[in-house]
Amino acid sequence: MPDLSFILSHAWLIPALPLASFLLVGLVLRPLHKPLAGAVATAAVFAAAGLSWWLAFDYLHLPKTAGGALPVLVPTSVEWLRFQEGLSVHLGTLLDPISVMLLVVVTTVSALVHLYSTGYLHGEDGYGRYFTFLNLFTFSMLGLVLAPNLVQMYVCWELVGASSFFLIGYYYDRPSAVSASKKAFIVTRFADLGFLLGILVLGYYAFTIHAGMGAAAAGQQALDFAFLTRPDVLSQLQALQGQFLGIGTLTLAAVLIYTGGAGKSAMFPLHIWLPDAMEGPTPVSALIHAATMVVAGVYLVARSFPIFAASAEALQVVMVVGAFTSLFAATIGCTQDDIKRVLAFSTLSQLGYMMFALGVASYEHPLGYTASMFHLFTHAFFKALLFLGAGSVIHAVHTNNIWQMGGLRKYMPITHGLFLLATLAIAGIPPLAGFFSKDEILAAALHSGHTVVFGVGLLVAGMTAFYMFRIYFVTFWGERRLSHLHHQDDHSHDDHSHADPHESPAVMWIPMAVLGLLTIGAGFVPIPEWVRLVPLDGKLPEAHHGVDLAVAIPGTLAGVIGIALAWFFYAGDPQRANSAVLKLGRFYAVIKAKFYFDEIYLFVTKSIIFRLIAGPIAWFDRMVVDGLVNATGWVTRLGGTAVNASQTGQVQTYGSWLMSGVVLAVVVLWATTRQ
Amino acid sequence: MVEYLQSLTPDLNTWLMFTSALFALGIYGMLSRRNAVGVLLSLELCLNAGAVNFALFNRFWSPVQVDGAVMSLFVIAIAAAEVVVAMAIFVALFGYRRTVDVTQLNLVRE
Repeated sequence: MPDLSFILSHAWLIPALPLASFLLVGLVLRPLHKPLAGAVATAAVFAAAGLSWWLAFDYLHLPKTAGGALPVLVPTSVEWLRFQEGLSVHLGTLLDPISVMLLVVVTTVSALVHLYSTGYLHGEDGYGRYFTFLNLFTFSMLGLVLAPNLVQMYVCWELVGASSFFLIGYYYDRPSAVSASKKAFIVTRFADLGFLLGILVLGYYAFTIHAGMGAAAAGQQALDFAFLTRPDVLSQLQALQGQFLGIGTLTLAAVLIYTGGAGKSAMFPLHIWLPDAMEGPTPVSALIHAATMVVAGVYLVARSFPIFAASAEALQVVMVVGAFTSLFAATIGCTQDDIKRVLAFSTLSQLGYMMFALGVASYEHPLGYTASMFHLFTHAFFKALLFLGAGSVIHAVHTNNIWQMGGLRKYMPITHGLFLLATLAIAGIPPLAGFFSKDEILAAALHSGHTVVFGVGLLVAGMTAFYMFRIYFVTFWGERRLSHLHHQDDHSHDDHSHADPHESPAVMWIPMAVLGLLTIGAGFVPIPEWVRLVPLDGKLPEAHHGVDLAVAIPGTLAGVIGIALAWFFYAGDPQRANSAVLKLGRFYAVIKAKFYFDEIYLFVTKSIIFRLIAGPIAWFDRMVVDGLVNATGWVTRLGGTAVNASQTGQVQTYGSWLMSGVVLAVVVLWATTRQ
Repeated sequence: MVEYLQSLTPDLNTWLMFTSALFALGIYGMLSRRNAVGVLLSLELCLNAGAVNFALFNRFWSPVQVDGAVMSLFVIAIAAAEVVVAMAIFVALFGYRRTVDVTQLNLVRE
């Protein structure tokens, strides 16, 4: 290992900063001084972001491996739990192209969201609590990104889930927020059960292989990514004979791990929690439910990609579910009225994009892997910007419903410009960030021979442009609707209630402007050169350069058609949209009700699981288990009552019993000992 | 009469029948008397039965030694001490409860 610079060998400082600030703010500052709590939390994350950029700079200047790839380093690894030789859990940091990339994304977006939140939540009661949990989230996410083994990843995975739960339920006096936070927690936790089972299955066989390898595996633990992705280990895992329901062991483990990823990344049919998670404050949606936490599932699949690549069936699952989710969510996104929900469905759709990009990747066609990570990188910036823009709008007009906005470009010029920029980026218009990564994904699908997936991708690209411009036109163009709607609004900003909507303060638009710059610039970052799937022999082929016109032209065209359709329906005469809705009729209603998935889930949980399974079990628990416990107590009491009568308190009665005993003992002795 | 009594030389069994009767009488008194002083008197009977047994076994089994006789003297001394303690308790009890009837002393029950 070459000599590492300070920041590379001390990469643990990056998650440690938000952790320290979480403890300081949460335990000390929160009740004492609100603005200070927010300032400390924000400063800590900004420091972490600075360190991350420094680390990324140093990392990119490291000498490359013989095959031409960037090195994979584990500068820190501390033993945490030890069970036996070869089976211990380490905490540490793993630096490779994707973890460094995500480190930069997470800390940058988190820092900007922290700054934005100081304005957005100004004067709210839960201010200190909010920043405490935002810091906790940042720490957990960084721990997840840097995890060198599956166990640390799983621990941080649950921590981000918990922080997400706390932050969705931030407005805990609203029943909708409470139920949304529970829903998010239960659905993702249910999926994490699959992840845990996957770790156990994989860990069991990996440990057997590890034990059989002796010195060849020295210094590695069975659950280290570095061990699990070794070609010799993977070929042994592939050769396992075990079958479960006709599925090979490796495929089973990969699919189970993917289940966890699908829950966190809200893949169909576990997508139901993400739209509801929009009940949280908008900056939280920007950070957790758009840019960082929800991509953890994509990251997990990318991180363990060699395992998936060893099982064609698992990759097939990833691809099909991803492609379906992207189309499904885009369809629903076209019909929603809540600006944040449209963005949530667009997040779902883009996550599906990243997933199917991973699904079409393989060692023969590694472009999908690169494309997925590239899209993750660019999406984080423009989607965070979209959410912060939506937050800025909501902050001004105090409603989420796009039909109550309208004409806002006159009142909020900065927000309007930045929102338009991000909308163009997500629609895939060159030269903004989304164009490059989307082009890469579509090229990956086409060149790996998945023509159907390519078609779906193209269609989704068009639909994305359509529904994003739909909310853009409805929100920012046209006439101002329902201008006196704040009369019954009891929000804390009562003093503005009769004024026009106004631009957000600088502390809110400056982070948005920074994200705007990143939205323009992110596409030119040579991520495709840095983030490459390293082949099994470690030799990287020549990088693929430039834009593929055969893909870029249809991709951009799809975006332009989508924008044109949105303009036709929503920028001009509102009757056009209404008559189209009327023509679609029932079909539209079904989509608008999100295909009744929430209702199906409610039916399954309430009518089937609760009534048929949980009900009888509860009856058994109350009647049989509790009955046995109660019977024990009842018998004891009965016995006590019976014996109680002999306690007379009369010393002479006791004496008589004593004498009777003595006589009895003597008689017994005499009878048994005489010759 | 005196001569007749002097002429009697009862053996060990006869004497043991006497002490057993004495002991049983004491037990009966202990379990039946209601007055605490009566219970104490009955207890003394039991103690005396024991003391006589010591003297008897000394006389019949090892007449040259005096161990048994000394033991019976100890019993008498201890019985005297015990009576003092017991009577003091009874006096205190009477001052507190205005009775020494053992059937009334059943606070354990409540």
